Amino acid sequence: MSALSARIPDRERVSSWLTWRRLPVFLTFLLIALALAYILFITTVEPFTGGNWRTTTFGSAVHDPKDFLKIVLDSLTFASALFIVASGFALIFGLMRTVNMAHGAFYLLAGYIAYEVQQGMTGQGFSLDSSQVNTWEWLVPLLVAAPCIMVVGLVVQQAFLRWNQGQELRQALITIAVSVIVADQIIAHFPRNVSQGQRFGGNAVDLTWPGWTDRFVNLHVAGVQYSLARLVVLAIGVAVGVGLWLWLYRTKTGMKIRAGVDDEQMTSALGINIQVTFAITFAVGCGLAALGAVVWASQSNISSGQDGQWLLNSLVVVIVGGMGSIFGAAAGAILFGFVANFSASYLPTTGSDCCTQYSTIFTFVLIAFVLSFRPRGLFGREA
Amino acid sequence: MNPASWTRRQQVERTIAAVALVLVIIWPAAGFSSYWTHQILIETFLFGIAASSLIFLSAYGGMVSLAQTALFGIAGIILGNIATKGGPGGTSKGLHLGWDPTLALIVAIVGTTIIGLIGGAVASRSTGIYFLMITLTYSVIATYTLGQVTKISGFSGIGGINRYTPGWIGNLLAHPNRLYYIALGTAIVVYVLIRLVIRTPFGISLQGVRDEPIRMSSLGYAVPLHRTLAFGFAAFIAALAGVLYAWWAGQVAPGDVDLPQTISLLIMAVIGGLIRIEGAWVGAFAFIIMQNYITSNTHVPLLGFGGTLFGGSFNTIIGIIFLVIVVVSPDGLMGLWGRIFETRHRPDTGESPPTPAAEPAN
Repeated sequence: MSALSARIPDRERVSSWLTWRRLPVFLTFLLIALALAYILFITTVEPFTGGNWRTTTFGSAVHDPKDFLKIVLDSLTFASALFIVASGFALIFGLMRTVNMAHGAFYLLAGYIAYEVQQGMTGQGFSLDSSQVNTWEWLVPLLVAAPCIMVVGLVVQQAFLRWNQGQELRQALITIAVSVIVADQIIAHFPRNVSQGQRFGGNAVDLTWPGWTDRFVNLHVAGVQYSLARLVVLAIGVAVGVGLWLWLYRTKTGMKIRAGVDDEQMTSALGINIQVTFAITFAVGCGLAALGAVVWASQSNISSGQDGQWLLNSLVVVIVGGMGSIFGAAAGAILFGFVANFSASYLPTTGSDCCTQYSTIFTFVLIAFVLSFRPRGLFGREA
Repeated sequence: MNPASWTRRQQVERTIAAVALVLVIIWPAAGFSSYWTHQILIETFLFGIAASSLIFLSAYGGMVSLAQTALFGIAGIILGNIATKGGPGGTSKGLHLGWDPTLALIVAIVGTTIIGLIGGAVASRSTGIYFLMITLTYSVIATYTLGQVTKISGFSGIGGINRYTPGWIGNLLAHPNRLYYIALGTAIVVYVLIRLVIRTPFGISLQGVRDEPIRMSSLGYAVPLHRTLAFGFAAFIAALAGVLYAWWAGQVAPGDVDLPQTISLLIMAVIGGLIRIEGAWVGAFAFIIMQNYITSNTHVPLLGFGGTLFGGSFNTIIGIIFLVIVVVSPDGLMGLWGRIFETRHRPDTGESPPTPAAEPAN
């Protein structure tokens, strides 16, 4: 041992790994372990009357593996939709440091455009049955909505964001203003009944999956029959992930984007037109919001007010996963998907109004846990 | 207090402030329109208080918080749950603890401050745009939680809060002017308090943390602690506004803290300017005037359309106004005001306005 190292008090050497400083870490892992144990073994099914801290809707995973697996799959499919939407947000933020607060509004606009196109194609009333929709009548709305949103996003980027690149707060405020305008115009114009000239002020409407997805698949695990439509959501999410990875890591454009993320000025000094890269990235990011909207509006519905919900979803995914990383977006989406679904299904049901109502708070708990240990999110890097 | 030593700018500003203060003090007594007294000016005072907490964090802490509206609503919800009583004529939702209203008031303010400290601690290692994103999630989470949990609020919220005011305030329904003066007094106290806090050692080191977090950290200052305490202080101010709002509106619902409301408060602060505390009330006044007078029937002079743009509502117009302000003058009306004096009065020897929140250098 040299004299130098002898003078420096070495905390790691002096004390054991069990120190007071590590207490929060242990408490966190203890809490996570308790939560897992609770879900896997402890809970029981709710009796007809009353209930206590152990009673949940489905009981423990050991007791009811079928419902447990279904919730796992629900979480994964929700995470898949989260990933599609939030990866667009993360892509834009990662390259341009622009927080696109209008992401949720673009999601909403895409959902309504797709709905109008589908209504126009099928010519049916408000609610469609899956059997009335064929694959084209689902794909064409997507292929109309996504380019529409890409153009809208591109216009916003070129008109309002290009000239104040680097002023993060100002850009965030500008996109907030855009989101206010877009959300209000959606309520003014969508959904509508074209033939009768009526407008319905942002009512909830359904996009409809094509007929062939409307069946249940036997997964041959614990007898789970699972909706094919949800598996399609999962497949699209995986495809988007793989596609983004190939685009970013195997193409020249992707190479330019990654170079721009690392060092914008050096990239443009090398003769790469970074403004074109910015424009492409912004358009693709907005297009991903549109794809996510069409996919999830088919699974659930689309209604005014969801812009805030999906802005929250994108923010949580990106905050948890790490700002501006595609892998972070995937990790964040999976974590958030699981926390959202499991807190809604596995909180105790001790009476009429406890405790599943508190599920949203677990979103905060997730953010608090992650940020306490990794202030930049799981895959975040120092800016 | 020697007017001769003031700069031109100080003379003008202090004259305007004094005239405005006298005007709002005599306003209800002078028998002007009660709509102005009981709607526009009270709203200006209380939303100005909430906006001042946002501007305090932004101007002196470098943190743009979108959680102020949520904290504002949480204070109202806590007050409503504790102070109101159930039973005949009572409200349907809430816990109806029926405690003494003064105690309820204290619990609401202290409780909101504690929630603010927790939220601030979680976000305290972030700044700038990250802080904005994290606090926005707080705001949306608060809205959904309040909406879902029917025991404490539910989507309809808690009503009848204005019937349970402390004895030393009296019946606000019978004496509506009292609330006016309470709101005015609170606004003045909050303004003076913020001006005092930024001059304390804590306030000075907070400004150091805003400008040079790494340097302050190496000087031995606890940077996250400063941010947490600042956020807690701002939560306290937002709680004051929330309590006043609960008394004024009589009810607090998740709709009062949802995303559009959060953005409205941000718009007020940005219209005023995120650089000076005074901007909070200027921005709130401008916003509330527009909100009250731009309706679907209003004829907008230059533009000609009947007050609605492309079939939209007030939100489209305020969105466009907000967009124009952010594009033209990101420091809002106070920034424009400052520019008038900058051009005439370049070597200003008086107090310079606090520098705007530092943009991260990338």
